[in-house]
Amino acid sequence: MAEYQNIFTQVQVQGHPEEGVPIKDGNWGRQGKPFFNYWAGWFGNAQIGPIYLGKLGLASLVFGTIAILIIGLNFWAAVNWDPVQFIRQLFWLGLEPPPPEYGLRLPPLADGGWWLMAGFFLTISILLWWARVYQRARALGMGTHVAWAFAAAIWLYLVLGFIRPVLMGSWSEAVPFGIFPHLDWTTAFSIRYGNLFYNPFHMLSIVFLFGSTLLFAMHGATILAVGRYGGEREIDQITDRGTASERAALFWRWTMGFNATMESIHRWAWWFAVLCVVTGGIGILLTGTVVDNWYLWAVKHGVAPPYPDLNAIDPNLGGAVQ
Amino acid sequence: MKLIAHKTLAIATLGLAVALVGCERPPIEAEQMGFRGTGMEHLVNPRTEAQLLKINQVPDPLPAVSQDGPRAADIYQNVQVLGDLSIAEFNRQMAAHVQWIAPNQGCSYCHDTSDFSRDARYTKVVARNMLRMTQHINEEWQDHVQETGVTCYTCHRGENLPQYVWYTNPGPRQAGGFAADRQGMNLASPEVAFSSLPYDPFTALLGQANGDINVLPPTALPYTDREGASIRQTYDTYGLMMHFSDSMGVNCTYCHNTRNFHVWEQSTPNKVTAWYGIRMTRDANVNYIEPLTGVHPPERLGPTGDIGKVHCATCHQGLNLPLLGVSQLPDYPVLSTRTGDTTPPSADDLPAAEDLMGPGSD
Repeated sequence: MAEYQNIFTQVQVQGHPEEGVPIKDGNWGRQGKPFFNYWAGWFGNAQIGPIYLGKLGLASLVFGTIAILIIGLNFWAAVNWDPVQFIRQLFWLGLEPPPPEYGLRLPPLADGGWWLMAGFFLTISILLWWARVYQRARALGMGTHVAWAFAAAIWLYLVLGFIRPVLMGSWSEAVPFGIFPHLDWTTAFSIRYGNLFYNPFHMLSIVFLFGSTLLFAMHGATILAVGRYGGEREIDQITDRGTASERAALFWRWTMGFNATMESIHRWAWWFAVLCVVTGGIGILLTGTVVDNWYLWAVKHGVAPPYPDLNAIDPNLGGAVQ
Repeated sequence: MKLIAHKTLAIATLGLAVALVGCERPPIEAEQMGFRGTGMEHLVNPRTEAQLLKINQVPDPLPAVSQDGPRAADIYQNVQVLGDLSIAEFNRQMAAHVQWIAPNQGCSYCHDTSDFSRDARYTKVVARNMLRMTQHINEEWQDHVQETGVTCYTCHRGENLPQYVWYTNPGPRQAGGFAADRQGMNLASPEVAFSSLPYDPFTALLGQANGDINVLPPTALPYTDREGASIRQTYDTYGLMMHFSDSMGVNCTYCHNTRNFHVWEQSTPNKVTAWYGIRMTRDANVNYIEPLTGVHPPERLGPTGDIGKVHCATCHQGLNLPLLGVSQLPDYPVLSTRTGDTTPPSADDLPAAEDLMGPGSD
């Protein structure tokens, strides 16, 4: 009865591992002897490896490790090298940017210098990884869509941690490293700049974020639903539709009058994902630099709906004490 | 395959159970406080509320006594604040202080029982000035304490030291040297409801006469001649507000419309009460409590040598109305207005800790 329930990958192919096509450029070759993993096979391909590390990959890992070590050791120092407290407080610990009095100057190590260094190494690591993603795609004769989608995320990362702080003239405007600290930063940032929900680029970003999940669910569900007709062979079906593709298209045309095509649905998804971080980055960039209080901005432009007053009277107005 | 499914289900169920351990079970009662759709609700869990009600009861008042006869100041010596009371009422008031503050130690917690009038113990010096503070609050800060007012019991609850006071908090030891400074935050801190916000928002915002709590700019667009609040300042304010919420058992929306925390017209009148509360707390700390630092022995001071000071939790203790809004002032009317010598304490005029005895016990 469970013939076509394909929430998990139910058929695993394990045999002689596949090495992949010959490498044209790069003299490093692929590393690692490939093997099969039963559990990986539940979620994807059962084969693990080989991996192409390369010079860029290795450099990226080295810089990334330096960044993680700086962050981790400073977390540990914050609890006076106590291993138990390090684990207990791990989600609370943070590495903070320099306090506001330093502006954009180079602060002492203890006062945000480590934060600058960690950010520098992390950024180098991310940019090297981006170059690697680009090069590997080229080496396989692919388009570079993945690299550009990654670049969109790097844009938001750089706006938050570098471009906007520089425009504001203070490193202290940047995001700290740390699980709860960066979440507290997010809320404090929204409070300080008058509620980010009234920032139209934040609105757009949310549209694309939620839109991405919606498209992801619609597309994933559609392909799984026509899996019984070979619907997962999407690339074939871009040029040779077949019954799975016909049924999927018809389903959406019947239910909502319009259907994407086997190719265009992926463009939709790519643009939604990319625009989420591109618009988000613009929204962050405008905050504090161009707009100081998004709520008042929204009132000024008729965006924020008026609510009845609750009649709290500002005590600063009435000649109140102190 | 079936066995694996069963195992997975068992693990998932266990995981869910563990994840929910820290939660309060529904139903939670919600009372609407603002315009529909704004999420302005006061949430109450009737089960935790029952426990709060139990521990926040006012003690029975002592039996009323005669107000006639000679005044306390005519009979006793060195009565600076309560001298206008009748002898019987004066002694009743003193007995109330024992009940509220030193039920296990009795009169000698403050008094040298060989000569009750002497300012021999530091506790007596403190008690006199706390009386002045109580009267001052009830007379001058009705915008916050209203007709209900406060008494010693509002904070002390039968303890020598109120359970909830704050000291300037340098936090636990960190490695120091050139390792990154915590900047006063990023630990799981009960003071700020276990967020990673600054664990001492009080020194900056409640420990001095002024201190800007509002971090929101007054105009939509930035102006170059205005220095806006930093994110670090925002953390302090945010941390203080977490303390507000936690110590009063209310959400942000008890006072604010969270679409914009600052705008008064869209806030509930509770925000005005809280605004006065902030000023009242600063007044009490700066003018009545901090000058008493010098009379305290070192073991009663905080890690940086400061005295225990008040914040919201000192009186509120989990309730938006301390002691459920029950007023003790009708039973102890002398606390409701300033009497006798009303001068607030001044560090220069007070004796030094070395010249005073510690508290005694009957």
